[in-house]
Order: sequence, then C-alpha cells, then structure tokens
Amino acid sequence: MGLVQVPPIPAAPGPLFPELARAEENFRKCIQCGVCSGSCPMGEAMDYAPRKAVKMLLEGRFNEVVESNTPWLCVSCHTCAVRCPSKLEISDGLFPALRAAVVAEGKALDQDLQKALQNTYLYGNPMGISPKKRADWAKTAGVPVPVISQLKRPVDVLWIVECNPSFEPRGMEISRLLARILNTLGVDFAILGSEERCLGDCEWLAGERGLFEMLIERNIEILNKYKFREIIMTDPHSYRTLRNIYPALGGRYNVQPVVAFLAERLDHLKPLLKKRLSATITYHDSCCLGRKTAHYEEPRMLLAAIPGIKLVEMIQNRESALCCGGGASTIYLDRFIQERVKDRLADRRIMQAVATGAETLAVACPFEPARFEDAVKITGQEGKLVVRDIIELLAESMELN
Amino acid sequence: MNIAVLTKQVPDLVEGVEIDSTGKAVDPESIRYILSESDDHALEEALLLKERTQARVEVFSLETGEVRDSLCAALAKGADRVVIVATSADAPPSNHTAAKIFASVLQGLSFDLILTGVRAIDDLDGSLGGLLAGYLNLPYVGLVRKVEMADGTSMAVIQKEYPGGFAAELEVKLPAVLGVQAAEQPPRYVPVSRLRQVMKTASLEEKDAAPVEAEIVEVVRMFKPEEGAGAAILSGTPEEVARQMVDLFAERRLVR
Repeated sequence: MGLVQVPPIPAAPGPLFPELARAEENFRKCIQCGVCSGSCPMGEAMDYAPRKAVKMLLEGRFNEVVESNTPWLCVSCHTCAVRCPSKLEISDGLFPALRAAVVAEGKALDQDLQKALQNTYLYGNPMGISPKKRADWAKTAGVPVPVISQLKRPVDVLWIVECNPSFEPRGMEISRLLARILNTLGVDFAILGSEERCLGDCEWLAGERGLFEMLIERNIEILNKYKFREIIMTDPHSYRTLRNIYPALGGRYNVQPVVAFLAERLDHLKPLLKKRLSATITYHDSCCLGRKTAHYEEPRMLLAAIPGIKLVEMIQNRESALCCGGGASTIYLDRFIQERVKDRLADRRIMQAVATGAETLAVACPFEPARFEDAVKITGQEGKLVVRDIIELLAESMELN
Repeated sequence: MNIAVLTKQVPDLVEGVEIDSTGKAVDPESIRYILSESDDHALEEALLLKERTQARVEVFSLETGEVRDSLCAALAKGADRVVIVATSADAPPSNHTAAKIFASVLQGLSFDLILTGVRAIDDLDGSLGGLLAGYLNLPYVGLVRKVEMADGTSMAVIQKEYPGGFAAELEVKLPAVLGVQAAEQPPRYVPVSRLRQVMKTASLEEKDAAPVEAEIVEVVRMFKPEEGAGAAILSGTPEEVARQMVDLFAERRLVR
C-alpha cells in the first residue's frame, strides 16, 4: 500500500492566495483528531467547526467555508491551538486568513464591525473618538500623568494605555487608579497621549490586514521616536500583539502586562495594601493573558496579597478557562453572535463564577468589566456578583480610590 | 449608461471645529475634512446601479481639504474615473457657486444621471442638486433613497422620502439630477490594503473650474450655541449633571 495521495493545494481567489497557500501547506499536518472542534466553545454554533473546516479547505471547498458563518464565530480563545497535537495555528492562523479572504474580496461586512474598522482607520480607535481626546482621562487622575513627547527625556516605563482604558468610562476610571498606583510606587512612567493609536489586535484577527499593517507602521514610527526601558500595557490583546507579532515586523520592545509589572514589585506593594477587603473572589483568566501568553500566576499573586481576600477557582480555569467571547473583533459582532448561540460565552462564564460562591469576579482585561457586568444582568445575577478589575481591588486596598 | 457623482468634503465633527479670529468662518487649522455623508450614499447608489446595469460611474469632487483620500476610496470601491475640480477660492464655495462650477464642468459631457448628496453639514444656501438642475435645465428629485432603471436609459423609477414616514415612487425622465438621502444599503467597506494600493498607483485627473463669481451669501457671524434667557447649561460628570437635573426638577416641582 502506497502513501495516501495528498490532493494538490487548491487555488484560493483573491490577493490572499500566497498566505492561504502557506496556511494550507501547514494544515496538511492535521490528523483530523477533532480535539479543536471538541474544545471550541463556539463549535456548536459554527456551520463547520474547526476540524471540518480544515478538512473542507484541504478538499478545495474554500468558498463554502468562507461564505459560512464559521469565520465570524471564532472568538480567538486559543483553546484549539494550545490543545492541537499537531501544533497548528488555528485561531491565530486559519481564522484570520479566512476573514482576510472575506475582507479582501470586498464582501459585505457586519455593520458594527465595519464601523469599528472605519473608525480605527480614521481615528486610530474603534469608538470613533478624536485621538486628541486620548489622554482626557488623565486630567482627573489626581496625580501627574506625563506625556512622553512633553517630557523630552527618556523614561523608565512607557505605559501604552490602549483604546478601552482611554475612552470607555469604566476603563478610564481604572486608568486613573492605575496612574495613582504607579505614582505611589514611585514608577518613572509616561504615556503617548494623543500620539497613541490602536495596536491592531482586533483588526488583524478580523482579517483587516491592510489596516493592521498601517497601524503597525505608524506605531513603530511613534515608538521608535522615544527612549524608554520597558513598555507596560493595560490591554492583554495589544500586549500579546506587541510581544508576539510586532517583532517580526520590525518592532522589538521589552514589554509586559501591567499585572506582571506589579507582581514583580509585590514586596514594595504588599505593605501598601492596608485595607482589608473581606471578599471571596474568583479570577477570570483572559485568553490573552492566559493561553496566549501564560501569565496565569501574577494576577493570582496580586489578589492573594490583598488582605481579607479568599481566592476560589472556577471549574474552568487557567489553560481551560472559558473565554468572555469578545476576542478577535467579536466584541463588535455581539449582535451577529447572539442570534446564533443559545447562551453567550460571557453569560456561561458568569454562571461558572456564581457557582463558586464568590461575590466578586476579578478580571484583568479592559474588555471584561463591561462585558461581564452586562452578562450579570442578562443572567439575572445582579446583587449576587460584582465584576472588578484587579487594579480597582488593589487601589481600594491601597486606599487610592 | 453614464452616471456622474458629485461630492465634496466637509469638516469632520469628530475632530472638533473651532471658529477663526474673524468670527465669520471655521478655523481651517482646526479642521480635518472627510467626505460628506450623503455624498458617500450617492456614490454607493451609483455603484449599486453600476452592478445592476453596467453603468459607468465618474466622480467629480470639489478640491476642498484632502480630497485625494476620498477619491482614491471611490476608485477602490469601483468608480471608473475620478476628477478633482480645482477651485480658485480658499474657502469651500457656497452651493450656488459650487452648482455653477459643476455645471461648467459637466457642460458638454453626456450623463444620464447626476447623483449628489441631498445635503451637507455646511450647506448655507439650499441644496446643491436643485441649484445644479436649475443651471443645467434638468429635472431634480431630492431625498432619494432608491434608483432603478425603468426603460433602457430614458427613464428612472425613483423612491423619495416625504415627512411623516411617507415615501413616493416617481418616474423621472433622464437625464436628471438626484439628491440622495440614503443609498439602498450602507456605503460599502474598502479594505485598507486595496485603498493603499490605489493611493500608490492612481493618478488623479484635475479640471480647472470657471472663475468663481462673488458669493451671494455673506456670513456675518459664526458662533457656538449660546446660553439664552431662560436656559441653563449644566456641566460636570454625567453623575453630577444627573444630580443637578434631579435637584432642578424637584425645585420646580416637576417631579414628586
């Protein structure tokens, strides 16, 4: 018996062909075990769950996959990728390539997603707010928040605040608290202010490669103007992208998420955590701090350092944590997804948190306070569970709020 | 069939607009220009007609602000030709002047349909489409939301909006000028890679417009909303404003 004949790589339409061909070459290693589909929290709602989609692509059924709902239901939780025995880049490779094919063909996009992409092109943020207002949150921080272009000297730490923490009311409040924490710790930091633009994680994963490239070019140009020892980031999505994707495109920086930066300074931080919070807390591992970059312990170390806190775990935690359902631009596809699933992932996650008996759900991703608070209301758990960012909890214990 | 789409750039309100030191105009330094929203819809309707009837779509834009971006976007979306209409004036012209400029540019060209946005945020003196139709002696329909070709290229069936939720279907003899309120679908997305490709390669045609006559409308004063008698402007965070409103309602016994 000879070897199984591998069919020729099918020609995909559009300018994305070379990239997709590379992905397909790689996907020949797929053993069709189905671990991806079995692990996918959105697999049930997909026309073709990942295993089937891969098989179809290898059979040349490209258009069927691209035109199905499959490309737009991946939340980029990365569970498939960490479990794949063939180490295939499913959520970071296959899905962005499928979406890129849709975008490049000029096919109609979901209106909410289209608006977010257009806003990011025009203003550098998906909300469509003037970049001049990016540092408005800092005006009421109560502590100095220097803008690096005005400092005219190297700084120790450049804090990339990112879009939600710059423009969304809850995110802005968390940014103010973090500024106070950094100030109390005596960190020499600065922000980019109105020069900051979206780092492009959502745009890349949404398949808008041209927009992603444009953002990368601009961001590298801005970052290379200044001298700093390291970058800290509030948004795990952007952190992951700056850490893992930018280097190959010429942007190499020493970067860490805020939780890791603070955990490094735990000895300094601990004596400042004076106020007891007396709460049972469960922590939600965001996909970008968890599976994508393996910062599982630092957030827990920070929480455990707060006096009075009892930390309990949800049934799915660390590598198995359930996604909030907002990654890879699906934060803009909520309506599209809601019509296609029984329970949104955020709603399912809230029920897991409630089942632990915790009264507080701690998070470390700026997408999550709003997403999970919404889910608390939708699932009727109001009054039983509150959602708080780790920064909010630390600031309260440091009596900075 | 040949379709002309007339567009202009207007100040992007997201970026904020300041009044200049004369107090009569917006400060050009404070402005970033973007394509006028209803012109974007006029282009979309033209592109839909192109898809249905293989029409040729040509876009003419007044040279105000950075017009290149929006004309490249029009090419990337599927327009066949784009033309910058150079004006000698520093400030964007009034619609009377703009209509004269477009009339001189379109004179002698054969278009079956001339589409433009029904209004723009900086209109001072009526609708561009109506004025242009007057100068060209063509029929005009405004507040259009759908255009279909009825019979070859001699007649179009137009849907237009009326107040109170009413709409009308009209047959219009071509050529005609239409002021588009909204296209049948939201303006399409241009992938940034395609847009950047067009920006690198496209050479944009330029046409000089006839010299502009003196404007018939003069702005005497431009100002932001002012506090009038009996009005109070509340300021503060949303929470503070809400509290002030509750106090005001209670004080005036508007709520129990």
